Amino acid sequence: MCLAIPARVVEMLTGDKAVVDIGSVQKEVSLALLDDVGIGDYVIVHVGFALNKLDPEEAERTLALFADIGNLNPAAA
Amino acid sequence: MKYVDEFRDGTLAKNLTVSIAREVRDRDYSFMEFCGGHTHAISRYGVTDLLPNNVRMIHGPGCPVCVLPIGRVDMAIALALEHGVTLCTYADTVRVPASNNLSLLKAKARGADIRMVYSAADALAFAQQHPEKQVVFFAIGFETTTPPTAVLIKQGKALGLQNFSVLCCHVLTPSAIANILESPEVRQYGTVPLDGFIGPAHVSTVIGSRPYEFFAEEYRKPVVIAGFEPLDVMQAILMLVRQVNEDRAEVENEFTRAVTRDGNLKAQNLVAEVFELRREFEWRGLGLVPYSALKIRREYAEFDAELRFPLGYRAVPDNKACECGAILRGVKRPWDCKVFGTVCTPENPMGSCMVSSEGACAAHYTYGRFKNIEVVSA
Amino acid sequence: MSDVMNGGKVRKDYVRALDIKHGRVDMSHGSGGRAMAQLIEELFAAAFDNDYLRQGNDGALLPPPDGRLVMATDCHVVSPLFFPGGDIGCLSVHGTINDVAVMGATPLWLSAGFILEEGFPLADLQRIVMSMAQAAKEAGVHIVTGDTKVVEQGKGDGVFITTTGVGVVPDNVHLSGDRARVGDRILVSGTLGDHGMAIMAQRESLGFSSAIVSDTAALHGLIATLLDSGADVHVLRDPTRGGLATTLNEIAAQSGVGMMLNERALPINPEVASACEFLGLDPLYVANEGKLVVIVAGADAERALAAMRAHPLGTAAAIVGTVHEDDHHFVQMTTGFGGRRIVDWLSGEQLPRIC
Repeated sequence: MCLAIPARVVEMLTGDKAVVDIGSVQKEVSLALLDDVGIGDYVIVHVGFALNKLDPEEAERTLALFADIGNLNPAAA
Repeated sequence: MKYVDEFRDGTLAKNLTVSIAREVRDRDYSFMEFCGGHTHAISRYGVTDLLPNNVRMIHGPGCPVCVLPIGRVDMAIALALEHGVTLCTYADTVRVPASNNLSLLKAKARGADIRMVYSAADALAFAQQHPEKQVVFFAIGFETTTPPTAVLIKQGKALGLQNFSVLCCHVLTPSAIANILESPEVRQYGTVPLDGFIGPAHVSTVIGSRPYEFFAEEYRKPVVIAGFEPLDVMQAILMLVRQVNEDRAEVENEFTRAVTRDGNLKAQNLVAEVFELRREFEWRGLGLVPYSALKIRREYAEFDAELRFPLGYRAVPDNKACECGAILRGVKRPWDCKVFGTVCTPENPMGSCMVSSEGACAAHYTYGRFKNIEVVSA
Repeated sequence: MSDVMNGGKVRKDYVRALDIKHGRVDMSHGSGGRAMAQLIEELFAAAFDNDYLRQGNDGALLPPPDGRLVMATDCHVVSPLFFPGGDIGCLSVHGTINDVAVMGATPLWLSAGFILEEGFPLADLQRIVMSMAQAAKEAGVHIVTGDTKVVEQGKGDGVFITTTGVGVVPDNVHLSGDRARVGDRILVSGTLGDHGMAIMAQRESLGFSSAIVSDTAALHGLIATLLDSGADVHVLRDPTRGGLATTLNEIAAQSGVGMMLNERALPINPEVASACEFLGLDPLYVANEGKLVVIVAGADAERALAAMRAHPLGTAAAIVGTVHEDDHHFVQMTTGFGGRRIVDWLSGEQLPRIC
């Protein structure tokens, strides 16, 4: 069951909840499965719960890896 | 959408296509993607078109709707139709065909109070708002979806709810992988060549990468945990090809932005608090698999629908012509099934592989059948 | 409102004016007696007012048409009744006008049938009726006849509306679903999935908020502009329920051809894309209520595009695909990622995926 998307925390609410934003669509989610989440963090949301934080540095590193491969393949058609 | 669009970039895809083509040697590579989300991504973005001919993707049993046995759906239907409960379920399950020509959707048409919820929390909220109704949450899913159910049950206990219970059908990923690796076709006969696994994305954010180390060591099969987007999948395939070429069998993590070795310990602890292992559980297509599923612990027994209501589990075999079992294990392909596309279609699904859009058969039917048609330019 | 319409006087028979503010539909409004007559006179007829309605008969006597007649009908059961960008009222007017207009016809007259649920607030009914009157007026079309029935509480969802429309097709226009030909280009008049997602956003159970607005609109003006450009248009359709994918599959089957779409060319609002992503829906299958699918001879594609883009309802128009030979009548798509996939018929209702 894998439909989960990265969303940005825009507002903290009481009761372990937060409002997250996915490309201007906003939704209330539960933070019961995480500690230490703040506004501006990216979390992965699945069935209304934030499952994990997304590490922006690692994300950049992964993207750079894809791009690097491009540099090794100059004639990519 | 940040952290989504960048991982679907077509230009970067071309780079990866060339890399994979360059690094494959003169042999076949067969990789199993375990996660239903990966099956869907591969089909929806046409990833197979970008792979060389000697790299073959096998769709594994990572779709919880696909492996949900008919008997369990029958229990859910019985709860709603015979015991008059309000059954809350994720939308994916409502069209699964069950016994007596019924499905949850058809039972709803007969008057059963069946409600589709996006989040488990909605089921609890409904129970709170309607103390006069008995509410049951049909809890399916792998380790990604189990922690929300755990939270739910704990909240139910804290609130002292009397009208809420859970029909627990949560299953475990490592057990399914072990089952595949232990199957005769893989272990003995070698009829299903399996060179490695693409590890599930979000299950791994919860359980971490550590559980897969056992498979890599014991069965000498590389595992690469991949993110959810098509670029992630292609990168993972490249990493698997390299491992095979270098005769390595390690657990590698492509999804570093969300997966760590330990995973989400808070979620794991919550699950351990509320659930325990069932000795065995029937998986549609795989038969009885030991220690592969969860049930609710005694401390939370009042939230177990199987204890609250007189329900018995009755195993129901699949239609004889249905090849879902073989397809889930990678032994056969959708088009090998005699009823694929003729009797069995997404409109009229006979087995689980067709009913969920992530099932191998539905994915192929919806996105990929007859791909050998030539486009005649005008 | 009714006082203003009657010049400040209430007809003696009715004793009291309709209490729009606090009143509700009750069974007497459907019985055929005075209460119903008052509802029709003070609410419906007052808003839709035109010469045909003033004839005051069960049927409207219309002048003979000067050309081939097109007739279309549409039932509307949308829930919620009011949504960002519109309501069931203007939706019912636009929908039928569009069904008539995509045949190449100039829409002339509409009829409107209402099934009202006992207990439905008159204030809401008036809001809907005024919206219909406004939509009809803007479109230059009259609502010339109608009917009202009332069902018991619990047997209806507030209000259901059925509209039927009639229009006239000029002799030189031949649009039909079986006229798509190999080499034709496929265009859409604007962004996809707006209406369906605007409605989804209102479903409490899904609990997300967004700024997505329904695209409901009458398209006959845009169609006239397109046809006036002289482009050789073969098929026109509005992709409502089931979205672009369903409409294209229907046309492919009717015409006996295949189609190839280019995913990168599809115009989709970023918010609609996010909302679809979030729910696991495919925007190709989400309903539109103010968009056109145009299948035009390949040589005229640019001309058709320019004509639509010059019209306020077509500013985001795009060429999205081609028609080719295919015995299987598949609609296929090259994905933004570089692979290829089929865009199949929708099976069942598109349920929000969790997986």
